[in-house]
Amino acid sequence: MEPVVRIASRTVVLPADNVDTDQIIPARFLTGTRRDGLGASLFADWRRDGAGELRADFPLNRPEAQGARILIAGANFGCGSSREHAPWALTDYGFAAVVSPSIADIFKGNAVRNGLVPVEIELSAHRALLSRPGAEIVIDVAAGTVSLPGGGSARFELPPFARRCLLTGRGPLDFLLEREPAILRYEQGKDDAAAAP
Amino acid sequence: MTVARPRTLFDKIWDAHEAVPAGPDHPAVIYVDTHLIHEVTSPQAFALLRERGLRVRRPDRTWATVDHSIPTRFVEGRPAFLNRATRNQVETLEGNCEEHGIPLFRMGDPGQGIVHVIGPELGLTQPGRTIVCGDSHTSTHGAFGAWAFGIGTTEVAQVLATQCLLQERPRTLGIEISGRLGAGVSAKDLILGVIRRFGVAAGRGHVIEYRGGAVEALDMEGRMTLCNMSIEAGARAGLIAPDETTFEYLEGKEHVPSGDGFADLVARWSRLPTDEGAAFDRSLSFDAGSLEPMVTWGTNPGMSCGISEAVPAPADADERAALDYMGIEAGRPLLGRPADVVFIGSCTNARISDLRAAARVLAGRRTNPATQLLVVPGSAKVRRQAEAEGLDEVFRSAGAEWRAPGCSMCIAMNGDRLSPKELAVSTSNRNFEGRQGPGGRTVLASPVTAAASALAGAVADPRPFLRE
Repeated sequence: MEPVVRIASRTVVLPADNVDTDQIIPARFLTGTRRDGLGASLFADWRRDGAGELRADFPLNRPEAQGARILIAGANFGCGSSREHAPWALTDYGFAAVVSPSIADIFKGNAVRNGLVPVEIELSAHRALLSRPGAEIVIDVAAGTVSLPGGGSARFELPPFARRCLLTGRGPLDFLLEREPAILRYEQGKDDAAAAP
Repeated sequence: MTVARPRTLFDKIWDAHEAVPAGPDHPAVIYVDTHLIHEVTSPQAFALLRERGLRVRRPDRTWATVDHSIPTRFVEGRPAFLNRATRNQVETLEGNCEEHGIPLFRMGDPGQGIVHVIGPELGLTQPGRTIVCGDSHTSTHGAFGAWAFGIGTTEVAQVLATQCLLQERPRTLGIEISGRLGAGVSAKDLILGVIRRFGVAAGRGHVIEYRGGAVEALDMEGRMTLCNMSIEAGARAGLIAPDETTFEYLEGKEHVPSGDGFADLVARWSRLPTDEGAAFDRSLSFDAGSLEPMVTWGTNPGMSCGISEAVPAPADADERAALDYMGIEAGRPLLGRPADVVFIGSCTNARISDLRAAARVLAGRRTNPATQLLVVPGSAKVRRQAEAEGLDEVFRSAGAEWRAPGCSMCIAMNGDRLSPKELAVSTSNRNFEGRQGPGGRTVLASPVTAAASALAGAVADPRPFLRE
């Protein structure tokens, strides 16, 4: 995982609330055994019509959205399944951050572990971003700030460990592997208790 | 002597599983007692282990089954895989399990089934345990007073390698459910009612504990249905305190000790329920007494109403879009809306009591010829039990297809799916756009409502069919 410190990009706006993981990547695209290549199936049933043609009116398909790395989404983004294919599809497509008033729990964790920054901001700041699709903004992961199109900035919180994972590119697996002696001690206590007569 | 601080059920499980407590710069390391894996969310995790030269730490705490992408139909005795990719997922899991010594329930194995159906059946799901799986409906196991939650694939790799996860401590949400469920109203209607009332994000950041008379009155399978859809209320986990009903269910299960061992466990489990005076971070209450059978009219599980109620006028753009997608008009009930397919299955409602309830409605009757009825048992064990009771005959005589166990049309990965604009009355858990096939429309309901709808060929109230 590459460190993520600062993201400067245009935005693309998808205002619907409760966008679920079945919309982010429909289940029929989960039949692979690899992490890469899922960007082509991102929002598949919204981006393309029944004949497979791109829908011109879908925000991601507009010319000005090409190359945008920040997705401004509605509330409760990423609800539904635990499929990590959802952040894989978003990052493979080119997104580096999702900005929303609230992001679903499992998705949020999956996002951090894949270097996709989950940015939860207050409603007034969110409204400012919704109203200006294509705005150039900056997300500063270290400072926990998002610049707003009309000037000023909004703060966002990340658990300290998640922030460090993003900034260093080191994930929880490294941390857990370093705690092996403590895990072993705990585990032996547990196994002994279970084996006790 | 110090007096112990009163703790909730969740607090007790958390405290017992902190292998390393949280520090100023890291969350707690939580030990995982039982790890369940399946073919769709595990291949990339094993690949990660391989890339880093890691082994599975505790294959004896890991159990694998195939369920998500496997076919439920056989042609000339061979499973009719949708395509090479789905077959490859199953073969990849087989190879990974063999390489790491993980027990695997293959297709055709007597223990195979949907991961959240087989855990309890085998007695792997026990009170006080931490249970994880790369599937959001892992919350199902919370019915036993276990802390069970869905994880992503990178976390599957972490658990495989270290048997642990880093966890921020969730807040607790107590939902007190009073009242008695009416005739024809089940745990499915109850959870749909709860989600309608409190919303699809109500449980975000929380672990729910369902409490109160209406919860205690449920049997274990009803409790599993209730906890199953905690994730649809936004919570990663939902728990119910273990009690006599729990102990009775578990006694004699394959992985539960018998005799003195069982008595010891019961004594330990009996200390798990939330202490008198323990506080939840949030509390809500709900009256189950006035519920009628529920159906969803929209594209998230909170968009529902009682079967005889008019579909409410859309409150915002999302609800308008949902009605539009569903082709449903507000202002009148869903009753009578033609159903192309009825699906009875999934980790929400494919256990034996669900099939018995559906069979009671279908017995001696024929489904509407315009409606396809698919009955997919949750596991090989459920299938055998249903066949021993003659339920398969009831379903077939009614005109249903009786399939092999798997997730089937709940997630529609295996070829069991709707065509665009087809409407299904489904006992599954998600009515998201395209969930059961691109352009497909899903009405979530209980097994009896689904069965009644198959007879009527349209969304139907089950209660008249239960009176006779």
